[in-house]
Amino acid sequence: MNRLLAKDRLGPDVYRYVVEAPEIAVRRKPGQFVIVRICETGERVPLTIADADPRKGTVTLIVQSVGKSTRQMSLMEPGDALCGVAGPLGRPTHIERFGTVISCGGGIGAAPLHPITQALHEAGNRVITLLCARTADLLIMVDEMEALSDELVIMTDDGSRGVKGLSTDGIRMIVDRGGKVDHVFAIGPPVMMKFVSRLTGELGIPTTVSLNPIMIDGTGMCGCCRVTVGGETKFACVDGPEFDGHAVDFDELMTRLGAYRDSEKKALEHWEGECRLGEVM
Amino acid sequence: MDAKERLAIPPQPMPEQPPAERIRNLKEVPLGYSPEAAMAEARRCVRCKRPFCTEGCPVGIDIPGFLEAVENGDFAAGIRIIRKRNALPAVCGRVCPQEQQCQLACTVGKFHHDPTRSVGIGRIERFLADWERTTGSQEIPEKAPPTGRRVAVVGSGPAGLTVAGDLILLGHEVTVFEALHRAGGVLVYGIPEFRLPKEIVRRETEYLQRLGVEFRMDSVVGRTYPMEEILEKYDSVFIGSGAGLPKFMGVPGENLLGVYSANEYLTRANLMKAYDFPANDTPIFRGRKIITVGGGNVAMDCARTALRMGAERSLIVYRRSEAELPARIEEVHHAKEEGVEFHLLEAPLGLIGDEKGWVRGMRIERMELGEPDSSGRRRPVPIKGSEFVEETDAVLVAIGNSPNPLIASSFPEIETSRWGGIVVNEATGQTSVKGVFAGGDIVLGAATVILAMGQGRIAARAMHAYMMTGRWDDLDRMVSAEGGAQ
Ligand SMILES: Cc1cc2nc3c(=O)[nH]c(=O)nc-3n(C[C@H](O)[C@H](O)[C@H](O)COP(=O)(O)OP(=O)(O)OC[C@H]3O[C@@H](n4cnc5c(N)ncnc54)[C@H](O)[C@@H]3O)c2cc1C
Ligand SMILES: Cc1cc2nc3c(=O)[nH]c(=O)nc-3n(C[C@H](O)[C@H](O)[C@H](O)COP(=O)(O)OP(=O)(O)OC[C@H]3O[C@@H](n4cnc5c(N)ncnc54)[C@H](O)[C@@H]3O)c2cc1C
Ligand code: SF4
Ligand code: SF4
Ligand code: FES
Repeated sequence: MNRLLAKDRLGPDVYRYVVEAPEIAVRRKPGQFVIVRICETGERVPLTIADADPRKGTVTLIVQSVGKSTRQMSLMEPGDALCGVAGPLGRPTHIERFGTVISCGGGIGAAPLHPITQALHEAGNRVITLLCARTADLLIMVDEMEALSDELVIMTDDGSRGVKGLSTDGIRMIVDRGGKVDHVFAIGPPVMMKFVSRLTGELGIPTTVSLNPIMIDGTGMCGCCRVTVGGETKFACVDGPEFDGHAVDFDELMTRLGAYRDSEKKALEHWEGECRLGEVM
Repeated sequence: MDAKERLAIPPQPMPEQPPAERIRNLKEVPLGYSPEAAMAEARRCVRCKRPFCTEGCPVGIDIPGFLEAVENGDFAAGIRIIRKRNALPAVCGRVCPQEQQCQLACTVGKFHHDPTRSVGIGRIERFLADWERTTGSQEIPEKAPPTGRRVAVVGSGPAGLTVAGDLILLGHEVTVFEALHRAGGVLVYGIPEFRLPKEIVRRETEYLQRLGVEFRMDSVVGRTYPMEEILEKYDSVFIGSGAGLPKFMGVPGENLLGVYSANEYLTRANLMKAYDFPANDTPIFRGRKIITVGGGNVAMDCARTALRMGAERSLIVYRRSEAELPARIEEVHHAKEEGVEFHLLEAPLGLIGDEKGWVRGMRIERMELGEPDSSGRRRPVPIKGSEFVEETDAVLVAIGNSPNPLIASSFPEIETSRWGGIVVNEATGQTSVKGVFAGGDIVLGAATVILAMGQGRIAARAMHAYMMTGRWDDLDRMVSAEGGAQ
């Protein structure tokens, strides 16, 4: 049992949770994730560790409510307890002094990018953070990221804040201004990572992405999280979740993410039905 | 009763759920002996002077001893004899490959020239364990006074549970670290409910908890707890992390939707209770026609689970012939009764998907048996021009597992073999690192429950000796000298 100590809303359907998990808080490194079970009958949900406080023994998770499990989580309040949290899982991010780095986060991707950006900053890189979202409302962690960056660029698809355009436009803009970019970290929806990687491939900039395939155990036992990288099958939970963006087969990842679309809908409807029943009674 | 009379008693049939009924539920298939049937079956044993059955049991249970107790109706005495050697009798009575172990060598089977007519040792063992559980007669054994020594057990499969059970009774403090949220290893995530009810495994772990074993779930050694920290805090460590890395075939199309490793499919169905979706959150794909690739127990479990998940047709594709099927005879028999179709001497060449990325067919090549290979089995050779396509909605890949590399990769000091298993001294379970022992599938490769338990037992004895004397280099001699006296 892991108690929820704080919860706040960062945007439409996005919440920040502070969860008691002392062992994980001490050990976690940037790029790692946990697997959360919300309740006894719950599924195992992988979530990136967005931050941690080893002294208080807590980890911070930033979660977008997209389906049954994440919505159910959003109804929990401080004092409630999660059934279980396992981690830290996955390989930590490879951090070095690259030189100039673009930290590119799409939507909720800013959350997993936060600890990585912090580490890049501490390692002495010049960090240009590029935060992208469909619209201004959906931008998260702007201030936190700004504090860690030498420069912050904001892009929205509709131009409601920052520069109007997509993440790829942002990267092109930064590169076109001149000045060498030595590495790109891109985390966001698979389609965004795909196009960013395609662009940086053309530009010859090494790129790291963090993949989010469907997982169960997160320990390398089931193979559900397999992705094709450079023509080889890799298990994202133990070999990743970060990979060379130029080698990832994103189309396969996107197809595999859709495997349970019908079931997910059914789970949500079933659960919402039960909730409504609860309200009536 | 003389031997002749005993030999004339027919084997007691095992009552079972009828096939048509059982594929619609997840309840256990064999229902278990009544006390009368168990006593009648025990009467078939001729009490050999040299009990070959005991020699065939990897943990050396005094089989004629417990059979005699059952014949006399003294079930408490019977289970006590088993428990001296085997901490998980309800599990072993159900899943041991008895026909290759205790029952293979049984004199009664030999006499009838039919190993299936051996004394039903496993069935009686199961009866005693169930009797003990359902009547609440489990005796809590006496614990030795505390030694002040602390033991860490990594992994809660049969190997780890055995070590925990043995060492807690010897007075040590025992902590079990388990990566998943339930204890039992393959017993809870792999072997299906209809062969091994999870309730039984739960009871066994609760029993260990009552004895004082501490279980830390959701705890991944090498991640949540680095090995160095464990070595620092504990006087000795047992690694029983199992062979949990699924193998794939390496054919085109293996990442299509609807293609599962056996581990994924069975974990969804068992551990995550996908059969009860959406009351439980984890979904599973329910195909109308499902192909399982492989011929072992794991493949049988997949093919039979598929039927229970609603498949109309469940096929097994295996590249050798029936004689080479590595699965237990009983499992093959049950699978056939339930309507699983065996496609033998066929090998997958690749998988074909539709425009949405779902698997729709398997390209298959027919095989014939050639010369024997290094394993002594006749090698399957492809028949030229025999390729065809079998349509399917889902494919379950059950062609084996390799050791989980998590520990070895985060603990490079430990010696591993070419295939990634941990190397140990067989007599003691000692690894290349002082104070660290290992056993079970991580050492043996994919083996059996009872072999994993046997290795756990050997390691527990050596760990005890090590912790009490601090001796390491001559531990094997010390333990074998003690073993002789036991
Ligand atoms: C390593 C990793 C880190 C992640 N970090 C974050 C994070 O920090 N914040 C965040 O909001 N989300 C994160 N995700 C995604 C998050 O796990 C899914 O959104 C969540 O599982 C959805 O569950 P649901 O029941 O609410 O939605 P569902 O209705 O079940 O599914 C909605 C979407 O989530 C995907 N999904 C469903 N089940 C899983 C699963 N078991 N594993 C992975 N994806 C799944 C589906 O493909 C679908 O697109 C991460 C995923 C991975 C693999
Ligand atoms: C589907 C299936 C059917 C089978 N049927 C039979 C049968 O009928 N009869 C039979 O005798 N055998 C059968 N077997 C084989 C048998 O189950 C195994 O040989 C046995 O379970 C091995 O025991 P173990 O203790 O070595 O490991 P496991 O049972 O594999 O347990 C290992 C445990 O360690 C945990 N772990 C791994 N790494 C870590 C870590 N870093 N930190 C913490 N915990 C960790 C795992 O999560 C797991 O719970 C079957 C196997 C499968 C997969
Ligand atoms: S433990 Fe297994 S091999 Fe030994 S007697 Fe029991 S069923 Fe037979
Ligand atoms: S070998 Fe068979 S007949 Fe002989 S003691 Fe064992 S069970 Fe009895
Ligand atoms: S989630 Fe099961 S192997 Fe990665």
